[in-house]
Amino acid sequence: MPRSREPSNRLWTVLAAPGIGWLLLFFLAPLYVVLAIVFGQRDPLFRTAVPVWNPLQWDPTQFTYVLTRIGPGEVYFPALARTVVYVGLASILCLCIAFPVAYYVSRLAGRWQGLLIALLIAPFWISYMMRMLAWVNLLQNDGLVNKILSFGGLFDVNVDWLTGQPVVVVLGLAYGYVPYMVLPLYAGLDRLSQSMLEASRDLGASRVSSFLRVTLPMCRPTMLAAVLLTCLPMLGDYFTNDLLSASPKTAMVGNLINDSVQAPGQTGQAGAFVMLVLVATVLPMIYYVRVTLRGDEVRT
Amino acid sequence: MSVLTSAKEIRGPVGWYRDPWRKPRVLAGITIAYLVWSLLPVLIAVMFSFNDGRSRTNWQGFSFRWYWGDQSRSVWHDASLHTALFQTLKLGLLATLVTVPLGVLFAIGIDRWRGRLPAGANVLMLISFVIPEVLLAVALLFVVTSLALPFGLGTSAQVVGLVTYQIAYPAVLVRARLATIGRQYEEAAMDLGASQVESLRRVTLPMLMPAIFASTVLVFADVIDDFVLVRYLSNGSATEPVSVKIYNTARAAPTPALNALATLLLIAAFAAVVIGYLIFRRMTRNDETSGSGIAAFAGET
Repeated sequence: MPRSREPSNRLWTVLAAPGIGWLLLFFLAPLYVVLAIVFGQRDPLFRTAVPVWNPLQWDPTQFTYVLTRIGPGEVYFPALARTVVYVGLASILCLCIAFPVAYYVSRLAGRWQGLLIALLIAPFWISYMMRMLAWVNLLQNDGLVNKILSFGGLFDVNVDWLTGQPVVVVLGLAYGYVPYMVLPLYAGLDRLSQSMLEASRDLGASRVSSFLRVTLPMCRPTMLAAVLLTCLPMLGDYFTNDLLSASPKTAMVGNLINDSVQAPGQTGQAGAFVMLVLVATVLPMIYYVRVTLRGDEVRT
Repeated sequence: MSVLTSAKEIRGPVGWYRDPWRKPRVLAGITIAYLVWSLLPVLIAVMFSFNDGRSRTNWQGFSFRWYWGDQSRSVWHDASLHTALFQTLKLGLLATLVTVPLGVLFAIGIDRWRGRLPAGANVLMLISFVIPEVLLAVALLFVVTSLALPFGLGTSAQVVGLVTYQIAYPAVLVRARLATIGRQYEEAAMDLGASQVESLRRVTLPMLMPAIFASTVLVFADVIDDFVLVRYLSNGSATEPVSVKIYNTARAAPTPALNALATLLLIAAFAAVVIGYLIFRRMTRNDETSGSGIAAFAGET
């Protein structure tokens, strides 16, 4: 019998322990604290949240308070519906923009490829707030957008872009998150096998049908992962809304969380919204993890 | 006549469409339009940081007024602006210093250690990578405000939050690199008499160096752009970094000094990334097992 190729696990345990401990302490445990606060009590005098650690003594009042108000026609329904619509529209927009760009840069760009990739990555390292600030400047009443639309004073255009325009919020979300879509798509399309495409053309498929029946099916997992990577952060977004609209007319669930976190006595509600978003996002997150793990298995 | 028209047709739009060697002009156009759309607004914002007047929409001449010229409201003279910049850089350095070693060791550990516990830790790490940031931020805010911890809101809480959110970055990059180099080098070292620790230190770690370095740069660039976590875990204006400063003042009639502040942050991020990329290219110069392009640097391998 050859000498054991698998030495003891002890070294690996020691190496992984600090990271595992950190994640348990600062990632998993805080989620339990949220539960303890959502199902906890409120201090009658200071209206601060009092966490209850024992699950047997949990009081669902605050959670049901929120749950009964998310149905159609209730207080929180418009914001939740808006979240779904805005995030959906922005994601579709992102995909429509990112796919052709990623396709061109990964497969057709030729000698410009290096430069184009650098430019595609650039928005990653420009602060999100700076990119939104740039649009706040452009969309002012006397800003560049209105000036261009009026053709240098020819027409009288005075659109208040920054006061609760859903279009601006959706476009802002798409603008903010499209780089997170371009890069995974680029990586996926880059791996696409050229010989498969050539085979489909050789066997008589037209350009369109070889795109629809070979390219698209082959990069469906990548597209799903890319959509998830943009959707998930968008679902918790409140700052795009605050900067580009600052109006309750376009508030999303992120704004509900942000507003109730800062209001005294509403900590439990904020926690309930957090649990709600977590429940809504946990399935997509598990899907992402499964896709990633399968990718790992293929690679090793 | 009919021959002529058909020849004309082939040269026309249909012929252009059917030509398999035509240049992909439409896609090139979309790409260029996208790049202009994504980068031009930022360039305009940078340009107005050099504006001589108070306006952020009317160009009134070039000056460094909002950087240091203005005696009270420039970045150099307004304490609230340069504290924000220093806080951002401080958080960037501290969080990177903790995240990278933690994440690298974690990645090596769970990659080699077989069993349920490391598999579960891997899933936990991947979820921390994609969870909406606001959820983690609110959860940590609750932890800090409702438990008696050795640290309160402020720099230390911000660093803890940032490390938790960023730890997946080096872990994912290092695991991808471990998968491409395989175990043969390490096993060869051990067959030649190196101990487990020695082969890790003298064979595996040097081979991981490019991935570790790239993740250091990426984590730093990501941390100095962070907003959600650092805002919830900040403690008053002294610990508010640049992103929070922009958020607080963007809609309240700011001066171009805000653009100047954002531009300085932009320069810091780009300096880190460009210098990092040049060093990364030197490190991977003679290495066939890893790409040395900008895409490899950004972890897209």
